[in-house]
Amino acid sequence: MKRDARDGLLISPIENGTVIDHITGGEALNVLKIIGITGATTESISVATNVKSGKVGKKDIVKIVNRELRKEEVDRIALIAPKASINIIRNYEVFEKKGVEIPRLLTGVVRCPNPGCISNTNEPILSRFEVLPEGLHCLYCDQKITRDIASHLI
Amino acid sequence: MNHIISIRDLDRPSIDKLLDQAAKLDAGPHPGKALSGKILALLFFEPSTRTRMSFEAAMARLGGCSIGLDSVEASSMSKGETLADTIRVVSGYADAIVLRHPKEGAARLASEFSAVPVINAGDGAGQHPSQTLLDLYTIRQSMPLSGISVGLLGDLRYGRTAHSLAYALSLYGATLHIISPKGLELPGSIVDELRRGGTDVREHADVSRAIPDLDVLYVTRIQRERFPDSSSYFQVASSYRVTPELLARGKERLVVLHPLPRLDEIDPRVDRLPQARYFDQSRNGIPVRMAMLLKVMP
Ligand SMILES: [Zn+2]
Repeated sequence: MKRDARDGLLISPIENGTVIDHITGGEALNVLKIIGITGATTESISVATNVKSGKVGKKDIVKIVNRELRKEEVDRIALIAPKASINIIRNYEVFEKKGVEIPRLLTGVVRCPNPGCISNTNEPILSRFEVLPEGLHCLYCDQKITRDIASHLI
Repeated sequence: MNHIISIRDLDRPSIDKLLDQAAKLDAGPHPGKALSGKILALLFFEPSTRTRMSFEAAMARLGGCSIGLDSVEASSMSKGETLADTIRVVSGYADAIVLRHPKEGAARLASEFSAVPVINAGDGAGQHPSQTLLDLYTIRQSMPLSGISVGLLGDLRYGRTAHSLAYALSLYGATLHIISPKGLELPGSIVDELRRGGTDVREHADVSRAIPDLDVLYVTRIQRERFPDSSSYFQVASSYRVTPELLARGKERLVVLHPLPRLDEIDPRVDRLPQARYFDQSRNGIPVRMAMLLKVMP
């Protein structure tokens, strides 16, 4: 990845891993959450938030060393950062660059806000939502989530 | 596998097919032995005596047997066990399972773990497809389903029977007149969905305004516990009460339905009028459930 004066040291190049660029400003931590990175994980991560960007105003950037995101992880990001772009880095070079695409089905990503939903019990299932133009639809109880999807992330 | 979980899983041709089958069974004579040797498991995790009896009667009419537990037995059997495990076990005993459960989506889950077909007999505030099918069946006894005007009256917010029926009627191009007390309106998301699908949904504050347009008046229970005190309940209940005087202003072919049990929503004087179809409606549960059983155990 080329070095960018505006990004400065915060996103210095990495040898191998993933750089997620053009994340909606302020959503970087939710992006980490959605791909399952918490304080307990061992990855080496850099986060830059509210970086000025001509394209989207303010953007966040996340860099994960030695981990290449899988397609379903990439697609989850689309839920909260539809303009994000993913750069898979191998040997300091962009090996693959891709946009994010909203998946049709989300399994185990979002918690159903309906307390009476069977997916909120100790049953051996993962939550399952279909993605509709107006929001997310729980395939167990038919509940819809139309706003603030990030706050329902598991 | 042939589960019946939600009315939304059925399209218009498959609903028509079920209703046609029910009509054939209703006209008799019953085939008697169609499900002979088959076993139906009734798993009721919350009490619903009528639904349960109705499935048992339907199974018996088709020559099959039922095994089952009432809600107390079911909850002690499953003590600490997941529904998924209970379903895996019971699906080894029977050819089909009828499930009633307090959690929404329970029947969908059961269908994922069952080795035999599952029929949803109500899951929490969720789906109850046999009720919707018998509502449609009862309307169809009086008039063709397509393009009719249906008034939904009462608690449309929490009343799941009204939600499923509204959806099913939308498949038939019905015009929906929704009439409910303040605070008990049909949820906006459902209204939006119906309208997006092209259904004409009209809201009324007052049933007497809507009545001249209706072919069907579907009355649902207004529960006392939705109101802060009994006087506000009685005030609302009396202004939404269906009376012979109200019906006199309706069309000649108007029919009145109610999923029963009723409280004060319908004046008992209506019972004797030709418009009253709610007792037929509950009897229709038998042929409709017979048709459902035959569909899942062909
Ligand atoms: Zn749900």
